Amino acid sequence: MKKKILIVDDEPNIVMSLEYTFKKQDFEVFIARDGSEALEILKHHIPDVVLLDIMMPNVDGYQTLTQIKKTDSLKNTKVVFLTAKNKASDIEKGLKLGADKYLNKPFSVKKIVSEILELIA
Amino acid sequence: MNNYTLISIIVIYLAVLFYIAFLAEKKRQSKWVNNPYVYTLSLAVYCSAWTYYGSVGIAANSGINFLPIYLGPVIAVPLWIVVLRKIIRISKQHKISSIADFISLRYGNNRFLGALVTIICLFGTLPYISLQLKAVSETFEIMSDDSSYISTTVIDDSTFYVALLLAVFATFFGTQRTDASEKHKGIIASVAFESVLKLVFFLIIGVYVTYYLFDGTTDIYNQISVLPNFKQLTTLSGVEDGLNWLYLISLSFMAVFLLPRQFQVSVLENNREKHLKKAIWLFPLYLLLFNLFVIFIAWAGKLTFGSTENAEYYSLLLPLENNNSFLATLVFLGGFSAVISMVIVSTLALSTMVSNNLIIPYGFLDKFIKNQPERNSKYIKNIRRISIFTIIISAYFFYVLFSKELSLYSIGLISFVIIAQLAPSFFLGLYWNRGSSKAAIIGALVGFCIAIYTLVLPFTLRVYTGTDDFTQFGLFNISSLKPYALFGIDFLSPPAHAFFWSMTFNVMTYMVVSLLAKGNYRERNYAEMFVDSRNFTTLQDSALVWKGEAYVADIKNVLIRFLGEKRASRALNIFFTKYKLPKDTQLADARLINFSEKLLTGSIGSASAKILIASVVKEERVSLVEVLKILEESKENIVSNKVLLEKSNELTQLSSKLKEANEELISKDKQKDEFLDTVAHELKTPITGIRAATELLMDEDDEMPKDIKAQFLKNILQDSDRLGRLIHNILDFEKLETGRLNLDLQYQDIQKTIVKAINSISQIAAKKEVQIINKNTHGFITSYDEDRILQVLTNLLSNAIKFCESKTGEIIVDYKLGNERVEISVTDNGKGIPEEDFDYIFDKFYQSKHQNTRKPAGSGLGLAITKQIVEKHQGKIWAEKGVKNGAILVFTIPFK
Repeated sequence: MKKKILIVDDEPNIVMSLEYTFKKQDFEVFIARDGSEALEILKHHIPDVVLLDIMMPNVDGYQTLTQIKKTDSLKNTKVVFLTAKNKASDIEKGLKLGADKYLNKPFSVKKIVSEILELIA
Repeated sequence: MNNYTLISIIVIYLAVLFYIAFLAEKKRQSKWVNNPYVYTLSLAVYCSAWTYYGSVGIAANSGINFLPIYLGPVIAVPLWIVVLRKIIRISKQHKISSIADFISLRYGNNRFLGALVTIICLFGTLPYISLQLKAVSETFEIMSDDSSYISTTVIDDSTFYVALLLAVFATFFGTQRTDASEKHKGIIASVAFESVLKLVFFLIIGVYVTYYLFDGTTDIYNQISVLPNFKQLTTLSGVEDGLNWLYLISLSFMAVFLLPRQFQVSVLENNREKHLKKAIWLFPLYLLLFNLFVIFIAWAGKLTFGSTENAEYYSLLLPLENNNSFLATLVFLGGFSAVISMVIVSTLALSTMVSNNLIIPYGFLDKFIKNQPERNSKYIKNIRRISIFTIIISAYFFYVLFSKELSLYSIGLISFVIIAQLAPSFFLGLYWNRGSSKAAIIGALVGFCIAIYTLVLPFTLRVYTGTDDFTQFGLFNISSLKPYALFGIDFLSPPAHAFFWSMTFNVMTYMVVSLLAKGNYRERNYAEMFVDSRNFTTLQDSALVWKGEAYVADIKNVLIRFLGEKRASRALNIFFTKYKLPKDTQLADARLINFSEKLLTGSIGSASAKILIASVVKEERVSLVEVLKILEESKENIVSNKVLLEKSNELTQLSSKLKEANEELISKDKQKDEFLDTVAHELKTPITGIRAATELLMDEDDEMPKDIKAQFLKNILQDSDRLGRLIHNILDFEKLETGRLNLDLQYQDIQKTIVKAINSISQIAAKKEVQIINKNTHGFITSYDEDRILQVLTNLLSNAIKFCESKTGEIIVDYKLGNERVEISVTDNGKGIPEEDFDYIFDKFYQSKHQNTRKPAGSGLGLAITKQIVEKHQGKIWAEKGVKNGAILVFTIPFK
């Protein structure tokens, strides 16, 4: 079965790179431009991993994660923050909310792939 | 009247007084006891038997000479408001318990001076008390039917028992408390009551004699004026008489301050300073009423009895002569009242002096230090009780031995002259800070000796030797040493003569010695405090100059001996609270020393208090120069404290301003952090895009389709542009915000600028199919920086485009003139600005939470920069509120 990934980011250029990369890795890729779109998608799909930006309009990354953690059907879904916010306090907050990994922008595509694969192996 | 009836009346009357005193003690706080009338009436203790009986005697014998004794107080009374108030304040502050204490404190708690004052007061007062007893005894004899009976032994003498009863009364109400500076409300209430009685009864007899026995004042005058030497009795004859009057007036002027009983009632028993205000007119009125009928009773007596042998008792003899024994009894009771109040108050005052200034400081201090507080208190009370009895009994024996020979009037004057010896140290000490203890002692001694020589010795010798040789020829037959005509001054009456010489030498000695010998630092200290009473309250605690080492615990131990554990602790607590000192302070300072001395003064007198406190204190001597310096400093401190207070207020204001500024800085700092954070985030976003795309493009293993490759390359280009724009904006914004931007102001046509702006953005608008309409096409020239205003317009337009729907979007640019400014507006029909965002849209990096579009190409700094530019032109920018569809953003440029 194909692995499923949900990419949540409001920057189209970044989304495009990630989409291309994970499709190459034979993932089924879902895309959301903010938290509310992501939560909408998650009502119908249960991805193996969610790649989540923090600074987004409407519903931000933290709120989205909180919602995911509240949803029973998503308890096996891994959540990885991918964000330009890299202060210690931000990272701490993200992990406290229950993120499985906290990755920084700018990123190396290869590194992201290996981190994700390792996480869902 | 029967002896027993008379004794019963006396006993019943005493019982009534006892009851009044008892009630007053029980209700110490009641307004019946604490009011200016009671205070004034208690001052009338001045009117003793001497006034009651003696005045009539003197009026009968030597005419109006009875008057100066009352004129002195009347002259003194207006001064009370200044002088007496000062004395009262000082006494209250230092818990003074007698005039001896007062004078001794003024001269640095001088023990010897206190004792000397006490002795002078004893000499001055004992004969005076005996005079009162004499009056009781003589009036008793007159009242009694049994005139043949003359007491021969003490046991038979009713006066002795009366004296004992008075001693019991004084003991009971005078020694209720150990602290003698506490008020004696019971005694004062009974004195006030007696003052009413004696005045009323005296007025009744005056009216009775004048209007009942005679036909009014004119009748008496007409009858008396035909008698020989009448004129002599009603006028002052020549300079000598005038001088006599002057001396007598001065004498009584001083006496009303200095007599121990007057000091007791006017200073020590004063509850409130404001009572003085009523007293200064009521007391003279009282004296006036008392003297109203004196002369008429005297004349009436003279007319009735012919001789003036028993003139002092005319007021008693006149009703008896007319068989009105009821009236006679009233008069007797009035006189008895005058006696009781005088004897009791005098004895009380004297006993306090004897115990606190004579016995305790010279004999009992060592014992006290070892004793328990209860025992000490008992000791002190017993010393006073014994003193009271001793004084009254001594007065009685003085009466038995001497007074029978003398008139009431002459004994009274002797008392006054002796007491007056305290005047220089008392009055000058209050107003002259150079007056020293040595001077006070020597002056008083010299004056006292002269008074004894010129007044007491002559009559004592006459009684003993039975001859007048001493008076006639003087000491060793030297005529200039004649006691009644010292140095040839022979035109004054003996009391005036004694007063003149004793006072002259006393004052001179006091002044000369003061000028020659400086007092020690302690004296100087108190002198400053007494003299400078304006600053008295502020000076009195802080100004005590004292250097040395003392422990609070030691001082507390001394206090406990006299006050008991509870009161001592409480007093110290009050002290520590007052001066904001920690409760566990260990080293005592000058203030505590001063405070403790004050606490003890009431119980054992100021000199003893000083000695006791000094016993636990290692005191260093302070030089006079230091004293003056420190006193001067403490005065300066008061002034500089005021300045300091003002300064500290200023500082408080300044510090609150600083705090505000600091908070602003902190918030600025926080804003700066947030700004940098956001800038970093914004910069990272395009870099992330570039990096990811580049990495993918570089992967040679990957067969990337051509169109995707092209898209990635386009993305990289886009992100690079975005990055460049962002950096430019950040720098621009920074420049504007720190005010480093200089506007290039030139006269331009606003219309042309608007067109330029629309043109520059038309491509983007066309792409989104949004229409831009330029409404006002008139030209208008004003001064502004065109590039910057273009930037503003472009920002507003691109924002509007961003929020407009494609195809239906319509943007209107318009401007109007008014109020010395151009007002340019950009209106769109987009989704508008949410209400909660109105205050923030011009903040940097602010993005609406409701922003549902993709991130615009902008940097988040657009509107913030716009605002800065407009404000730099002294204009304003805002979003119109209450717009239904879309948004209207307006900015103004003032005319130049």
